[in-house]
Amino acid sequence: MADFIFTHSYLILLFPLLSFALITFFMLHWQNRTVGKLAIVLSGLSLFYGLLTVVTYLISGLGTPDRSVLCFDLAWLNFSPELTANMGIYLDPISVMMVFVITVISLLVNIYSVGYMKGDSGFNRFFALLALFSFSMLGLVVSSNILQMFVFWELVGVSSYALIGFWYEKPSAVAASKKAFIVTRFADAFFLIGILTVSFVTGSFDFATLNNPETAAALNKTLIFGGLSVNLLTLTSLLIFAGGWGKSAMFPLHIWLPDAMEGPTPVSSIIHSATMVVAGVYLTARMFPLFSASATAMGVIQFIGAFTALFAAVIAITQYDIKRILAFSTLSQLGYMLFSLGVAKVAADGHHGADINPLGYSASMYHVFTHAFFKCMLFLGAGSVIHAVHSNNIMDMGGLKKLMPRTYWSLLVACLAIGGLFPLSGFWSKDAILLAALQSGHKTTFLVGLVTGGLTAFYMFRLFFLTFHGEPRSELHDVHEDPWMTLPIVILTVPTVTAGLLEHFFIHYVTVPGFNEPSHFGHPGWLPWAATGAAVSGIGLAWLLYGQGKTDAASSLKKVAGPLHTLVYNKFYIDEVYLFVTHKIIFGGIAAPIKWFDRQIVDGSMNLTGWLLQKGGKGVRLLQNGQLHFYLGVTVIGLIVILFLGK
Amino acid sequence: MSLDNFIILSLILCGIGIYGVLTRRNLIGILLSVEIILNGANINFAAFAHFRAADPVAGAIFPIFVMAVSACEMAVALAIIISMYRRKRRLDVYRLEELNG
Amino acid sequence: MNGPLLLTLIWVIPFVIALITLPLHNDDHLRIKQVSLWGNLVNLIFVISLTFKFIGDTAAAPLAVTDSLSRFQYTYKVVWFQILNIEYNIGVDAISVLMMLLTGIVIFCGVLASWNVKNQAKEFFVLLNVLVAGVYGVFVSIDLFTFFLFYEIAVLPMYLLIGLWGTGKKEYAAMKLTLMLVAGSAFILAGILALYFESGLNTFDLDQLSRVRFSDSFQYWVFPIIFFGFGVLGAIFPFHTWSPDGHASAPTAVSMLHAGVLMKLGGYGCLRVAMYLLPEGAQMWMTFFLVLVTINVFYGALGALRQTDLKYITAYSSVSHCGLVLFGFTAMTFTGLKGGVLQMISHGLMTALFFCLIGMIYGRTHTRTVSEMGGLMKVMPFLSVAFVVVGFAGLGLPSLSGFIAEANVFVGSFANPATINRVCTVLAVLSIVVTAVYVLRTVNGLVGGPVSDRFKELSDASLMEKVPVTILLFCLFGMGIMPGWIIDLVNSAVHPIYNNLMR
Repeated sequence: MADFIFTHSYLILLFPLLSFALITFFMLHWQNRTVGKLAIVLSGLSLFYGLLTVVTYLISGLGTPDRSVLCFDLAWLNFSPELTANMGIYLDPISVMMVFVITVISLLVNIYSVGYMKGDSGFNRFFALLALFSFSMLGLVVSSNILQMFVFWELVGVSSYALIGFWYEKPSAVAASKKAFIVTRFADAFFLIGILTVSFVTGSFDFATLNNPETAAALNKTLIFGGLSVNLLTLTSLLIFAGGWGKSAMFPLHIWLPDAMEGPTPVSSIIHSATMVVAGVYLTARMFPLFSASATAMGVIQFIGAFTALFAAVIAITQYDIKRILAFSTLSQLGYMLFSLGVAKVAADGHHGADINPLGYSASMYHVFTHAFFKCMLFLGAGSVIHAVHSNNIMDMGGLKKLMPRTYWSLLVACLAIGGLFPLSGFWSKDAILLAALQSGHKTTFLVGLVTGGLTAFYMFRLFFLTFHGEPRSELHDVHEDPWMTLPIVILTVPTVTAGLLEHFFIHYVTVPGFNEPSHFGHPGWLPWAATGAAVSGIGLAWLLYGQGKTDAASSLKKVAGPLHTLVYNKFYIDEVYLFVTHKIIFGGIAAPIKWFDRQIVDGSMNLTGWLLQKGGKGVRLLQNGQLHFYLGVTVIGLIVILFLGK
Repeated sequence: MSLDNFIILSLILCGIGIYGVLTRRNLIGILLSVEIILNGANINFAAFAHFRAADPVAGAIFPIFVMAVSACEMAVALAIIISMYRRKRRLDVYRLEELNG
Repeated sequence: MNGPLLLTLIWVIPFVIALITLPLHNDDHLRIKQVSLWGNLVNLIFVISLTFKFIGDTAAAPLAVTDSLSRFQYTYKVVWFQILNIEYNIGVDAISVLMMLLTGIVIFCGVLASWNVKNQAKEFFVLLNVLVAGVYGVFVSIDLFTFFLFYEIAVLPMYLLIGLWGTGKKEYAAMKLTLMLVAGSAFILAGILALYFESGLNTFDLDQLSRVRFSDSFQYWVFPIIFFGFGVLGAIFPFHTWSPDGHASAPTAVSMLHAGVLMKLGGYGCLRVAMYLLPEGAQMWMTFFLVLVTINVFYGALGALRQTDLKYITAYSSVSHCGLVLFGFTAMTFTGLKGGVLQMISHGLMTALFFCLIGMIYGRTHTRTVSEMGGLMKVMPFLSVAFVVVGFAGLGLPSLSGFIAEANVFVGSFANPATINRVCTVLAVLSIVVTAVYVLRTVNGLVGGPVSDRFKELSDASLMEKVPVTILLFCLFGMGIMPGWIIDLVNSAVHPIYNNLMR
């Protein structure tokens, strides 16, 4: 039975693909209701089979020694007799967890979108693209090898591109889609180079081979590159991680994510918060055994995660666009997940004798899991609000508590969860992350995590109070809650509240491959109090400043902060730096001269050759002047010359 | 009368002919000059046949050939010249340069 | 059908089509076009049946991995010129079969795409078919002399096709293209004659010449001559400048055929003649050419970045992508060679579709400047979606053919352990970012944004136009999703070339 279910696990992917194909090729002009229903049914079937697989895996797969099941693995792309890339389905704790998350959220977002997209001329197209995204994302997480992952990685990117630019008549949406794709593509180029390197060294793409300790040993050598010595293992790890760097929008490649909010809100909810952006984290977790062999690589991952967590949280405080705040909050949370993976490598001066602290890994995956639900919910809630108010600006909102009670209460739960308050899911996962950082001896990172926790609570409740409390700050017409949209939000409160119960499961089963037993690091009792303290003070501050939907105190504070506020509000001008680099340096400084060089020098030299030949021809032509005398004279002279020189 | 005298005569004729060809502007004059060159060559043939050849008849045949061929040539050339004169109303070779490159 | 007969038929049919077209009345457009259409459809069916036959026969008698001599199938040989021992000598291996398949598809779509040619349609289709006959002829030839002859037949009609039916600076472009290609041909001819005389075998037979081991000093001089000669057609830097002007001025079907198939003759010749016959020369010169084609790859992409005309963008992207063909070859590894061949096929399909779509869009908007367009997704969704897809094929998106080819090229060139190869590979991989930038700039500029008033009334593709686009899209996806059979075929042909190269 279990074998049968595993063998047919491709069905999880097949249903969304079928949905995409049916809608694209046959049903593009059908009635919206029919298409919506079809999408929901197929997404439901995918969820059904996904759950079946998850349950089967929990029963029969978790007991296997390496906790993994390779459902099938078919040869796909043959490079050389020694190197073949496969397409397969590989189940292990993290991929099963992701399958569960993706199928659940995909179904809920499909339901939500029926309400959100009602009346949009691109309704059917939207569902087709959403299905394409689900297919690609599921393919990404179940990949059996890194090339397959790259394939789906790119497909995920392109569906994200298509969905960000969904309203293609809006120039800002088009620009955002381009930006998202190019930035991630930039990172993916390095990812590809990393894949080339490992596949060359190991002769395989399979994760099983890549994560083998022998691979790390084979890679662990120093290269001298023009006086610069580089450790190949570190280099390769960072190159592969670069893919995740872009996809998970870590600093300084984070610039595409806030802009990606140009897409319809359900898209932001599923792609740009719950699933796709965690692909980078997922990749890092997937390659963890290899990465963790290099202390430098893990250090970079940890630093970049922690930095982005803090950086994004700081920016989020100053923003007014509800979706952008959530986008920065996503960045910040992704930073948590990444530094949590980073701290799974125990600091050099950590005094436990152990090299790996599996808690970091488990906590990261746990946070991926809990974050998916509450962040999805936040976005869906924000979408409901935007749908009702027709504005993204939180300054135009306020007083929605009475008008949208279900949304209000659900979002309160979600905000408390992301703020990390007991007993909601966010509390447990953040606590685990902070604990891991503390246990591994990364004190700075721990402090950053703690502070960011407080900031998170602050900006989330700033958003919450400004949206729902006080009096409406703009004229609102016909505000109502659409049941299609409210239902998924309400459903999502269930995992948001209860996912805390799964902590034990994650810590024991979702561990670094090879660490089947959690190691025994100390557990300081004060930690949950410190975390809660930070969160509560954040919420308290938000209440003080914005509690009644008032903004006076905040604006006077803003005046005090002055230039600092401007700096943060403009996101530290990173976008401007990019614009400068791309337009002034790459377009203006490289591409334009090359265009000139090509037209003037290269093509010019070709034209010069032609011109010279023409001129030469003209010179020769002068001899042919049509004067008989001239010809004869030359003949005679020639004859004489031959007669006299010939001797 | 030795061979040398004939060679000098033919050289002089040839030189006169070449001079004529190179300097005359009129096409008919050029044609006449060409005839002179040919006749210079004929004298050469005849002289060599007379003084050197074992069988003088063989040498005498050449001038006859040349005369016959140049007569045909003259006919053709005159025909061309006449038709050209009809079209252009002039026979000045300096002005007839349609075949320049 | 008997193999050699099929091969002969395939190159004769386009000539026959041209001959049938000649006596037709000049104003009888419909019949002229129908003759070309049905004729090329029949030919396409022949090519497809050849492909299937070939797959069946290869499967029945697979080539050993260690074989170092190409085994041509369906060979037929008859002496043509006794004195020089020039033979009509035909035969195919997997590469030529696939290239013929590509040609068949592209020309069929090309005929459909030139349905609206009104001016001197008869002459247009006659020349087009003569050109195609030449292309097929090159792919079936084993004898280098006939190879060259067909090569010239394929190159020369281009002059008239661009000069008469082109747009813009057409005379200049046609002249430039023809002169540069003919200059390349001169090098090729010199190289072929050098091979002929040096071998001392009194033969132009590729198969026999490949058994000769030419002296190192000979190879050192002749290899770059032949490689550059064919390289001109493959748009090798710095001899690529005919491509932007030529493609920009050429009519739709000609651009399709030229960029889609004709440019591949360059790569094909580099592989089949230069590298196969002169492996030691290839070893000696590879680093030099590797650097040149890396410039091609990167420089073409950067060149495309600043262009504003759709055809110029596509032409520069062709320079970049054809650079990848040669880049795969110069990697001197099995996977690299294979990647180059795959890239020829992939780029052929892709660029044909690109030019086809540009032609259709231009036919509606009467402008090719990207900045003047926008919002086309609204008015012509079919064409726009096709354009987006082919753009993604260009930037190497998995599930489209470009990825399969590029992955092989990159894996192959990285497999060469020399540092210079590594560095060039990294540069080439980074060029895909630049590719993404110019593709997305173009695509977004074209299909995104608000639609301007002058385009509001435009229509989407007609059925006649949808057919070629759909066929090409199908091929792009087919190769991208199920690359297995193509790769097996290419493997069988590349093994001997590779083994010969490494002898």
